[in-house]
Amino acid sequence: MSWPLLLALCAGCYAMKAAGPLLLAQRRLPPPVERLVGLVAVPVLAAMVALQTVGRGRSLVLDARLAALAVAALLVWKRAPFLAVVLGAAATAALLRLVA
Amino acid sequence: MSDAFPRRLLQQAFVIGLATGAYGVSFGVLSVTAGLSVLQTCVLSLLMFTGASQFAVVGVLAGGGAPAAAAGNALLLGARNIAYGFVAAPVLPRSRLRRALLAHLVLDETVAMARAQADTETAGRAFLATGVAIYLLWNAGTALGALAGGALDPIRLGLDAMFPAAFLALLVPQLRRPGASRAAVAGAVLALALLPITPAGVPVLAASLGVLAALTARAEAAGAGHDAAEPA
Repeated sequence: MSWPLLLALCAGCYAMKAAGPLLLAQRRLPPPVERLVGLVAVPVLAAMVALQTVGRGRSLVLDARLAALAVAALLVWKRAPFLAVVLGAAATAALLRLVA
Repeated sequence: MSDAFPRRLLQQAFVIGLATGAYGVSFGVLSVTAGLSVLQTCVLSLLMFTGASQFAVVGVLAGGGAPAAAAGNALLLGARNIAYGFVAAPVLPRSRLRRALLAHLVLDETVAMARAQADTETAGRAFLATGVAIYLLWNAGTALGALAGGALDPIRLGLDAMFPAAFLALLVPQLRRPGASRAAVAGAVLALALLPITPAGVPVLAASLGVLAALTARAEAAGAGHDAAEPA
């Protein structure tokens, strides 16, 4: 990724954080709008989970990542810390690839 | 000055900082294995400083996606900080310069900590303590991971499987909100359906429309006469 794009992205992310504190000091967004904006991350994160698990380029591929996600889901359900969740997923995929 | 911060608050802030620091290590490793330089990786954590967006950038690049797609996905994930900014605004100091500086600390964790306090003054301190702890440890973790990560073989070590796991761990705590599960399913289905037929980046952009599914949940709850509204 080029430096100009990277820095522009950083500026964009900052602008979104600072919009509330700088523009509308003590006012609030209308509650339905605030709720929808706050929820946008949910479908986007779900899409990332799906694509990063079975996507490879523009095709769907079932491989070790699916088993790794299942282990991650179990760890999240058991309230394991973040690092344990991602390391558990990596270890699962690594082991399966070692055996295969 | 430090006696103005209750010890309980500082301890909580430090523990949250440590947890995000560990998460920062995994970001650093994944970022350099995705092809970003150590410097770019550290600049992302210093200046973008919003975990989900940073993971989106390196996740899309690691999967062979275009930089523009990575950028679009990062901005979409950053959009929730608009809402957090409005929630945090009342607990920030009045000076515009300080507001501008502290706005950089607007995150899931800082806003949640501020919301958990009984009064505005304590909320402001909780926001500041948590934000500073996370900023220091997230960046330290990133640098550590970036320096160690270059030596690793991503596929053999299963590092590609860390991305869906990381996004899942970020997603699950948000599912408790009303309508969130529907929005999540809609987003995942839209993205998978569009993957084979659209350019990279489009599936995730389109998935953001899944948020509209949360509206149908609300309408149904109202129609059925049940009190499914969120707590005030």
